[in-house]
Amino acid sequence: MTATDTRRPPTSSDSPPPRGERAPRVLSFSHKLSRWDLKFSPYLYISPFFILFAIVGLFPIAFTAVISFQEWDLVRNSGTFVGFDQYIWILGQPQFWTALRNTFSIFLLSSVPQLILAIFIAAMLDRNIRAKTFWRMSVLLPFVMAPVAVALIFSNMFGDNHGLVNNVLTNIGLNPIPWHKDPFWSHIAIATMVNFRWTGYNALILLAAMQAVPREYYEAATVDGANAFRQFWSITLPSLRPTLIFVIITATIGGLQIFDEPRMFDNTGEGGPAQQWLTITLYLYNIGWGEFNFGRAAALAWILFIIILLIGLINLFITRRLVRDEGGRGEITPRRRKRVQR
Amino acid sequence: MNSRAFRRGAVAVAAFSASAIVLAGCAGSSGDTPSSDPNEEITLTLATFNNFGYTDELLQEYMDENPNVTIVHNKAAESGDARANYFQKLGKEGLADIEAVEIDWFAEAMQYSDLLAEVPESAKGRWLDWKEAGATDGDGRLVGFGTDIGPQAICYRADLFEAAGLASTPDEVATLFDGDWSNFFDVADQYKTATGKPMIDAANSVLQGIVNQIEYTYTEPDGTVIATENPEIEDAYNLVVERAVPNSAYSGQWSDDWNASMANGEFAAMLCPGWMLGVISGNAPDVTGWEVADVFPNGGANWGGSYLTVPANGANVDAALALADWLTAPEQQAKTFVNAGQFPSAIEAQSDPAITDSTNEYFNNAPTGEIFAARSEAITVTPFKDANYFKYHDALQNAVNRVFDGLEDQTTSWNTWVAEVEAF
Repeated sequence: MTATDTRRPPTSSDSPPPRGERAPRVLSFSHKLSRWDLKFSPYLYISPFFILFAIVGLFPIAFTAVISFQEWDLVRNSGTFVGFDQYIWILGQPQFWTALRNTFSIFLLSSVPQLILAIFIAAMLDRNIRAKTFWRMSVLLPFVMAPVAVALIFSNMFGDNHGLVNNVLTNIGLNPIPWHKDPFWSHIAIATMVNFRWTGYNALILLAAMQAVPREYYEAATVDGANAFRQFWSITLPSLRPTLIFVIITATIGGLQIFDEPRMFDNTGEGGPAQQWLTITLYLYNIGWGEFNFGRAAALAWILFIIILLIGLINLFITRRLVRDEGGRGEITPRRRKRVQR
Repeated sequence: MNSRAFRRGAVAVAAFSASAIVLAGCAGSSGDTPSSDPNEEITLTLATFNNFGYTDELLQEYMDENPNVTIVHNKAAESGDARANYFQKLGKEGLADIEAVEIDWFAEAMQYSDLLAEVPESAKGRWLDWKEAGATDGDGRLVGFGTDIGPQAICYRADLFEAAGLASTPDEVATLFDGDWSNFFDVADQYKTATGKPMIDAANSVLQGIVNQIEYTYTEPDGTVIATENPEIEDAYNLVVERAVPNSAYSGQWSDDWNASMANGEFAAMLCPGWMLGVISGNAPDVTGWEVADVFPNGGANWGGSYLTVPANGANVDAALALADWLTAPEQQAKTFVNAGQFPSAIEAQSDPAITDSTNEYFNNAPTGEIFAARSEAITVTPFKDANYFKYHDALQNAVNRVFDGLEDQTTSWNTWVAEVEAF
């Protein structure tokens, strides 16, 4: 096909050729093929992921929605339609609200200290230190451990009577902490397990982002007389914005789905006699796999899905506002444009 | 095989995060279309959990007798995993030819008794009446082969009893505890006065003991829920809260603390079914002084035990029934008692010399076979347990836990339970 060929059609449309002489619009088959190739191949190449995602991702989500409107019998694989009854039942359960409270409490107790600590560690690792790789690998080490193993070890440490922590406390003359009785302390214990595992991981991601900040900024700031803290606050943090958003959103999703740690916190895995550390996912598990009531469990799964969606959006909004682009090298925000114009 | 098995968590977590994989990775029963040829080569799968005492030698015996049969024995770590697997695949594909079911969730399985093969006529009458009645559905079909039962006795620390000025030989202790529950708690009070320590291991094991002596607990056979109005349950709750809680070292069993405490003398006595002996000797291998007395407050009670079931849609139902029949025959039950301490549910096996003459070295050579045979005879009440039993009982245990932990007082905790139960 030459360049002139391709340009011809518009001209021909301007002055239609006489009847019978019209240029054939139907291209040859191989022509067609190559056109389809151009059009559909990209989709074909990426389709394996989407087909797989449809099978193991979308279908279960949709099917969960179907089940959530039914009284479902797992063994007989059938159910009767009950409308929104399952949702109403879940929302009417005091356990659900306790679980929601616990989930948020554990989420906040883990995410906030975890992020602050991760930024701090990353900032330390970003400096010129000896044996860099060694430190970086050590930070990631807890992440390699299986969550259940972590939970088992920590649950042992947080035993009420024979746990390591309480033994130390009583040995130095303090009162033992009621880890398995008081909601707050059980949340602290569980948050500790989460922090232990995830801080290093987040620190490494943030470190990677910090390494990408051009060194010239720091040099210029040093010349301007800014101290390390000021540099961190005005250069590092704003540059981390996109990464922070990512880390916060993944931490939110992970935090709201916390399961392994509370499940392993005692031997029954039911979240405590008064639901002290019952989380949403644990509640979901107990309804589904404890009582085999999959209608209710599916309804709860959808409620959790909606909660996570909402929190994710709120998070995105807040993070965007909190970590402004000041001092960064990104595009000029309206506010800065104004300042520049002045 | 014991109820509320120790570490239900670990593997369940794995099961949850990988349930899709579990669904795909089923160890389907091999063998092709069912055939009438008795000498056809077949492979039977047998799925159990914990330790049923089905050793390779025992299974080899059957394979020697039936050269065309190959048995593959799959053991789940514990009953909770087996339960999840069972209900995921029942009525579909992927269950073993013979599946073991624990008494705790047997009632749930009985809801689907039509999906299970019926026990052959020749085997009926082999088991204790109540064991057999528990596996018979509304249509009179017997669908479970009884394996073991859990008649309860009392295990105690002779050295600690002696130090507290109480009787200490098994015979004396049997006399000491002979009576009703308040007599049991009187002794616990004496022990506490003398030593300042609680005598009982866990308040909830006492609740379990008492509730297992009540015929209708939370529901009646016609489906009426009587849980909150049942005076017997309320009495049991009050008795446990008022008298067992102050005398117990822990609220519930199976926690890390509880396991650790068996060796260090935090408590001196516990209600113990036959299978509990192994738990004690396993948790406190170096302690001498544990003994077992042939007595139980207020008569007898059963705790735990299992059945073998044959899913009706398996590939080799007839061969599987024959194997299950053989495994639960009195001779084999006597062997599994020797292998793993599972007290037999077959009547004949209980008088087998292998059982009557057996002793337990750890428990000061106590004649355990004889003791548990006597304990089995003392069981007069068969509690009616339907599919929801476990849920109600679990919630009631939590009510006791709340009082024990000081989270709620006796009345508040009861009311919380009532509210919870009414929402079911």
